[in-house]
Amino acid sequence: MLGVRKKMKIFQNILAQVGLDHYNADLIDAIEKTTSVDVEKALADKPGYNLRKLVALISPAAEKYLEQMAQKAQQITRQRFGNTIQLYAPLYVSNFCVNSCPYCAFNIKSKFTPSRLTIEQACKEADILASEGFRHLLLVSGEDKKFVTTDYLSALAAELRKKFSSISIEIYPVDQSNYEKLFASGIDSIALYQETYDRDDYKKFHTAGPKADYDYRLQTLERAGNAGFRSLGLGFLIGLSDWRMQTLALAEHAGFLMKKYWQSRVSFSFPRMRPAENVNQNMFRYMITDSQLVQMMAALRLCFSDAEIVFSTRENAQFRDNVSKICITRMSAGSKTNPGGYADDFAVEQFEVADDRSPAEVAAMLKSCGLEPVWKDWDIAFNSGF
Amino acid sequence: MNDKLIIAGKEFDSRLFIGTGKFASNKIMADAIEASGTQMVTVALRRVDIENPNDNMLAAIDRKKYLLLPNTSGARNADEAVRLARLARAATGITWLKLEVTPDPYYLLPDPVETLKAAEILVKEGFVVLPYINADPVLAKKLQDAGVATVMPLASPIGSNQGLKTKSAIEIIIAQATVPVIVDAGLGMPSHAAEAMEMGADAVLVNTAIAAAKNPVQMADAFKKAVQAGRQAFLAGGAEVKQQADASSPLTGFLRE
Repeated sequence: MLGVRKKMKIFQNILAQVGLDHYNADLIDAIEKTTSVDVEKALADKPGYNLRKLVALISPAAEKYLEQMAQKAQQITRQRFGNTIQLYAPLYVSNFCVNSCPYCAFNIKSKFTPSRLTIEQACKEADILASEGFRHLLLVSGEDKKFVTTDYLSALAAELRKKFSSISIEIYPVDQSNYEKLFASGIDSIALYQETYDRDDYKKFHTAGPKADYDYRLQTLERAGNAGFRSLGLGFLIGLSDWRMQTLALAEHAGFLMKKYWQSRVSFSFPRMRPAENVNQNMFRYMITDSQLVQMMAALRLCFSDAEIVFSTRENAQFRDNVSKICITRMSAGSKTNPGGYADDFAVEQFEVADDRSPAEVAAMLKSCGLEPVWKDWDIAFNSGF
Repeated sequence: MNDKLIIAGKEFDSRLFIGTGKFASNKIMADAIEASGTQMVTVALRRVDIENPNDNMLAAIDRKKYLLLPNTSGARNADEAVRLARLARAATGITWLKLEVTPDPYYLLPDPVETLKAAEILVKEGFVVLPYINADPVLAKKLQDAGVATVMPLASPIGSNQGLKTKSAIEIIIAQATVPVIVDAGLGMPSHAAEAMEMGADAVLVNTAIAAAKNPVQMADAFKKAVQAGRQAFLAGGAEVKQQADASSPLTGFLRE
């Protein structure tokens, strides 16, 4: 087994070889020079990923084919996932963070009193979510290694799995042995966004703290995959770098993980910069339009038929309603992005949610679109760890 | 005519079984089940709260009319499938189980090694095991030796609607079978189901083709008719398929003159 692992290519090298970890004028040129014929060819192609196809689908030339792309994305999504959308809720356990990411309200330079939930407080929050119908929970935290330890998360998971059928984490990267412990405690899924695959931009936005280590972060999903995590969530923070280059890097990453961790499902998220306390919006040069976001999502669906596509309350209600008909398979609802937020605490939130409807209202919206809201689509019994 | 399908001593008039995933609402699912004329529906244990009779999906299925066949969709290995099956039986007393062990979440192809391992354990524990398998005749025989109630070979990858891509292997499975053969997965249109039944399959299981159809209820009815027609054709004994036309002026006729 080790011999096989050794032969596996290292993802950093793949990314560098394809030229996606830095500004790449040739690739940008290739995207710009895409013609209608290239796009039509890509649209006629059968589902499946290759770089050339994705270059065509995210190109400016593909903009006038957006409706066709959306139609095809919808058809693939319905075929593979049916007329259903899974619902989940985030539970923020700590807003303390040692990093200084300028796009995040939790950054260490922000002046606020951090909030951390004890296990009892977190369970209270979870009880509220369970009473609203949720069975899939996402635990979120800043890089708060002193408080949000593996022992803390494991103990919390042991309580939560009495009421929830799937528990995911979106916390700071840890090493493989800690992922193994977390998996064994009943946590089955992980989301960890690279923020940007461009090393220079990454450096610009992550100047201090453990998050400054690009490579350690890039390898995180592999450590989680080795530990057996069932769902590996990828994404980049939209606004930090050129979205087209980032989409290509994201797809390369997904393709790599799908081959290496063939028993885990890959999911894509699309976090777009949102207003947040102490965050200067002017520093983000690469904001994208709604059309471009739809183009990106549809293009990825045309390349990855079976990837989960996750959409959070960072986006407003109207946009979420419309996009949920195209290619979304999982969405959050009624989210609070501060610790204790469900019990009406007023701790600092990570970002302002743009869709503040209740879970019941979101479920009703899905039903009115002919989609069944699915609260439970996993079982805690699957986790072989315990 | 008495043409009942018997699985583990239980009689079925309908040879169409229905999967419950992917429907746009539980109401549409219930209506499609009704229109299909089925008597057995499979439900993913991961999708329902099996202990809770008020679970939305379970509540939509009339248990007096339809036998509930829980399945282990999502299990990556024998341990997970066995654990899920035991929990479900402990909670509900249901012993029938559609065994699915699909380690890869993309094509959902069944793992032959782990499926056999799980089947051996579950049969010994008294479960009525209906395993989902690739169209592998040797595996089908080994499972029959282990005591499964049916074998359920796939026609093509699940949800793909590609039809009977594994036809020649399923023919062998049917020829060698000592238990009912239920063709599962990949049947995209009623004609595919009819073709499977004409070949001598004992039943078929359909989900995506109905759930993802524009009109699921109408499609369920179409499958019902196709399965009936295919079965009837099988029983009627089709005329032999000939590779060549009969020559109207035979070259060897003179020999009989």
